Amino acid sequence: MMEPLLDVEDLWVRFPTRQGVFDAVRGVSFTLGRERLGIVGESGSGKSMTGRAILRLIRPPGMVEAKQISLGGVNLMDKTEKEMRAVRGQRISMVMQDPKFSLNPVMTIGDQIIEAYRQHNRASKADAYAKALEMLEAVSIRDPDRVMRAYPHEMSGGMGQRIMIAMMLIPNPEILIADEPTSALDVSVQRQVLDIMDKLVKDRGMGLIFISHDLNLVADFCDRVLIMYAGRIVEICEADKLSEAKHPYTRGLLNSLPRLDAPRDHLEVLQRDPAWSEAPSVSGRL
Amino acid sequence: MTSANHEGGARQRASLPLWVTASIKTLGSIAVTMLGLVFITFIIGRVMPIDPVLAIVGERASQSTYDAVYYQLGLDKPVIVQFGYYVWDVMRGDFGMSLLNARPVAEDIARVFPATLELATLGVCFGIVLGVPLGVVAAVRKGSWIDQLARVVALVGYSMPIFWLGLMGLLVFYGILGWVGGPGRVGIFYEDVVPSVTGMILVDSILDRNWTVLKDAFSHIVLPASLLGYYSLAYISRMTRSFMLEQMSAEYITTARVKGMSEWDVVWKHAFRNIRVQLITVIALSYAGLLEGSVLTEIIFSWPGIGSYITTALLSADMNAVLGGTVVVGLIFILLNIFSDLLYKVFDPRAR
Repeated sequence: MMEPLLDVEDLWVRFPTRQGVFDAVRGVSFTLGRERLGIVGESGSGKSMTGRAILRLIRPPGMVEAKQISLGGVNLMDKTEKEMRAVRGQRISMVMQDPKFSLNPVMTIGDQIIEAYRQHNRASKADAYAKALEMLEAVSIRDPDRVMRAYPHEMSGGMGQRIMIAMMLIPNPEILIADEPTSALDVSVQRQVLDIMDKLVKDRGMGLIFISHDLNLVADFCDRVLIMYAGRIVEICEADKLSEAKHPYTRGLLNSLPRLDAPRDHLEVLQRDPAWSEAPSVSGRL
Repeated sequence: MTSANHEGGARQRASLPLWVTASIKTLGSIAVTMLGLVFITFIIGRVMPIDPVLAIVGERASQSTYDAVYYQLGLDKPVIVQFGYYVWDVMRGDFGMSLLNARPVAEDIARVFPATLELATLGVCFGIVLGVPLGVVAAVRKGSWIDQLARVVALVGYSMPIFWLGLMGLLVFYGILGWVGGPGRVGIFYEDVVPSVTGMILVDSILDRNWTVLKDAFSHIVLPASLLGYYSLAYISRMTRSFMLEQMSAEYITTARVKGMSEWDVVWKHAFRNIRVQLITVIALSYAGLLEGSVLTEIIFSWPGIGSYITTALLSADMNAVLGGTVVVGLIFILLNIFSDLLYKVFDPRAR
């Protein structure tokens, strides 16, 4: 096994509330190599918080605690906010759910992509422009010159998400966190966006953390899957062996999905066991 | 035959450049709104229980004098014709004679309005320059001491009576400290020293390169302008804060942070750009409010502006002056609205 790109050990995300401290993520540990790591879970299971905590983007009063979040041997927890800014975008980047909201509505797409590039690279405007065009072509945008001058509201969801991917990959990061990148898209363009993302991540030898609530999609797309429940990892499996998962939560989720090849009259309803959320987190460190 | 004509017309219209049609639409909407405004002032002028003839000739005039003026004013004609005359007069900038000083109302307004314009413009600049950054910082550092300070500043601005603040300001900064000039637009030594070009003493003294007068005029305007500015500051800073709070929780802000941008850039390059349109509305409203003239401020500082002009006219039943002033104030509101609509299109690609 190669040296992992990212090593997360005992990650906690806490939010103080009037009723006491709420733990959104409770002691999660995993490593990420040059692979596609899926994080699956229902709403509120802490999967998005895990992604944002890695970038240290949890805003106060939220708190991030961890033994280490180590990127190439350097603990991100020790970095100052200013040092973190050099990590964000350049080394770890993130694509969010809905391009309708994640792109700035009053800036041209070109300006937003160029800004992402020039944040970390000393480049003339012309060079950055050329680089951005190239990146738009890489995400299969037709007529990139026109798109550079366009505004986000003129784009479809699928185009928006490809633009977002271009923008996040232009500084050439080592890790991409994709937080439900296809959930807001039509089913017909989901596959297309995933394929583009997959190709770019593979070509550049990046690590990908793919956060989703869609079990089938993750099983199909990723190499390894972490299943989160109530802020903890309850099970880890190889994506192609997901159907052999043992944890009752994973089994329950799988059984509640309809299948074309094995139709059933009744789909199971997930029965939750309070013991699941009490059980210690399974470590996903290799 | 007719359909062919229609098609021809449509083709011709479509060939006009976009900005021409847009300007025609804008001018059309100004015209319609103005007509509505003039109609309302006309109605007010007619329903007021003041006999316009008596107001001119006085109680003891003979019947023949009365009749002469009656015909001269066109009061024997049908109301719709009278309205036509009125619109025509207003279009030529003729609001009739003031009953108080027997001078054309238009001339009076041309004299008092620049005074208000000067004061309001300086005031709103003060409000923008301090209010916008204060609101932004209060939003970004929500809950911090600076947010609390901004809250107190705005609350005081909303709730203090202006005459009290005005008098205290005069007492402290003019009476005791002597830092600023007293009431009036300039000291009496400097009155009518510079030729009146725009009617705004600050501008006129610059045009005349008379720096002494400029300095004196500035020392007179600074207190009332900051007082008025304080009120628009209170409003502008509160609105800026809430607009910014809304934007700062938007997803594209997270995107900007993910890119590795500094918080300063996130706030000013991303969030602030998105509140400009809303901010323009607030500033335009604030400015229009100031241009209407602040009666109390004008009275305390002996400022011969449009607010006190209209109020004096109203109290002495000088209807021509009141209606003329109303039309001018209405026109300002309409123009400011049009102007902010134009700015929307500059700042928001979705409005284009």
